[in-house]
Amino acid sequence: MGANHEDHHHAPDGHGRALRLGVGGPVGSGKTALVAALCRTLGPSLSLGVVTNDIYTTEDAEFLRRAGVLDEERILAVETGCCPHTAIRDDIAANLDAVETLEDRFGPLDLVIVESGGDNLTATFSRGLADRQIFVLDVSGGDKVPRKGGPGVTTADLLVVNKTDLAPMVGADLGVMDRDAAAVRGARPVLFTSIRQDPTAATVAAWVSEQVAAWSHAHAAHAS
Amino acid sequence: MDPAVNPAVNPAVNPALLLLADSRLPAGGHAHSGGVEQAVTSGAVHDVPSLAGFLRGRLHTAGTVAAALTAAACACAAGPPPPEPAWGLLDAEVDARTAAPAQREASRTQGRLLLRVARRVWPSPVLEGLARAVPNPHHPIALGAAAHAAGATPEEAAMAAAYHAVGGAATAAVRLLGLDPVAVHGLLAGLAPDLAAVAGAARSGGDWESLPAHSSPALDLLAEQHARADVRLFIS
Ligand SMILES: Nc1nc2c(ncn2[C@@H]2O[C@H](COP(=O)(O)OP(=O)(O)OP(=O)(O)O)[C@@H](O)[C@H]2O)c(=O)[nH]1
Ligand SMILES: [Mg+2]
Repeated sequence: MGANHEDHHHAPDGHGRALRLGVGGPVGSGKTALVAALCRTLGPSLSLGVVTNDIYTTEDAEFLRRAGVLDEERILAVETGCCPHTAIRDDIAANLDAVETLEDRFGPLDLVIVESGGDNLTATFSRGLADRQIFVLDVSGGDKVPRKGGPGVTTADLLVVNKTDLAPMVGADLGVMDRDAAAVRGARPVLFTSIRQDPTAATVAAWVSEQVAAWSHAHAAHAS
Repeated sequence: MDPAVNPAVNPAVNPALLLLADSRLPAGGHAHSGGVEQAVTSGAVHDVPSLAGFLRGRLHTAGTVAAALTAAACACAAGPPPPEPAWGLLDAEVDARTAAPAQREASRTQGRLLLRVARRVWPSPVLEGLARAVPNPHHPIALGAAAHAAGATPEEAAMAAAYHAVGGAATAAVRLLGLDPVAVHGLLAGLAPDLAAVAGAARSGGDWESLPAHSSPALDLLAEQHARADVRLFIS
């Protein structure tokens, strides 16, 4: 990238730009599968960009490119220097840079999805990076996880409990997970999914569509 | 009381310098290893003594050049003459001293991210002017301009640059090799006289062409190998 690459410093208030959606959660819970599903379902009606934060290699970005759910140039990978949570919470500069690069190249966009590197239950997105965030758990981590809480489980705008198809095999009680999640999350929504069985993730996509609609209504570009 | 004579108001250490040199400055530095990741992969850095050699070499080559260029950028920002027309020329001086394309890229990435942070933290016409003239500046240019906007002198800016040249690399080695973090901080403390010497030698006046131009072929090669690696944790 040369010295004269365009200045892409955006106002932090969000006017006239895409909704930025963080997708976080433990390793292997299905974040990339969910991002692929959202691209599949929302891609035809919304202008999308995706930023992945792989811990190692660019596996997630490659997976999404191979899945063919989105024009591959709309998928950027960020390296996180051994610290996936730092890159989404404490020092979000590289992620913001990637998001704004996508907006400059393909904008105006409706939605930019940022997938965090798989981390632990304490990892959440900075509000400076993500306007909304989804935390993805899977049932095979054990039905006690929602009860354990942590900022991801308790504060995410949407909690997704994925891989419900595996519940009988791992002896996870979905009723317990639902009740425990409600106890720590109050009114914030929880959705149970099996992306294996529904590769469109229809319920999550519907929630995201509502968020995008509300965002674009509230943050239309200032008339100039 | 006159702030110039009250040490409580005008302390010996500029607090802005601490912010600029702090690894917690949210400008993306945490994901750059300054060549350490590739040096660990190749085996050149594998323990505390080998890291010590790497850091000393980095400080006296890339660090010395970066400190001098940062001081020049800080002085340029202070003017006169008005800095905006000059930024492109000074930026080209950095290019001329940065042989490896991978290092130029890493420097511009860090410069752009630092400029983004500085424009929000220390809003100033100088930084807006830099963003207009060179939206994607080399790191020393952004650091020098940010230091000026934060109220620091060229000498202080040079100190931040010299520390930046070794601090991130040292942290990366701790993460990658599981080195004793106290031992590694001991190395950094041991480099304090060298840091002072490098920063002190960075003159803010004089011709830009005569600024130091030390090269470090090993760092250049590591940067190029790193950029081509299939598996990596750090951006550079
Ligand atoms: N059985 C089942 N497997 C699933 C489901 N969703 C995803 N998987 C599988 O779970 C594995 C991990 O999915 P990913 O989407 O890569 O998970 P991730 O959270 O992105 O993983 P990291 O990015 O490595 O943290 C893959 O093998 C998926 O095919 C599901 O609903 N049911
Ligand atoms: Mg993933």
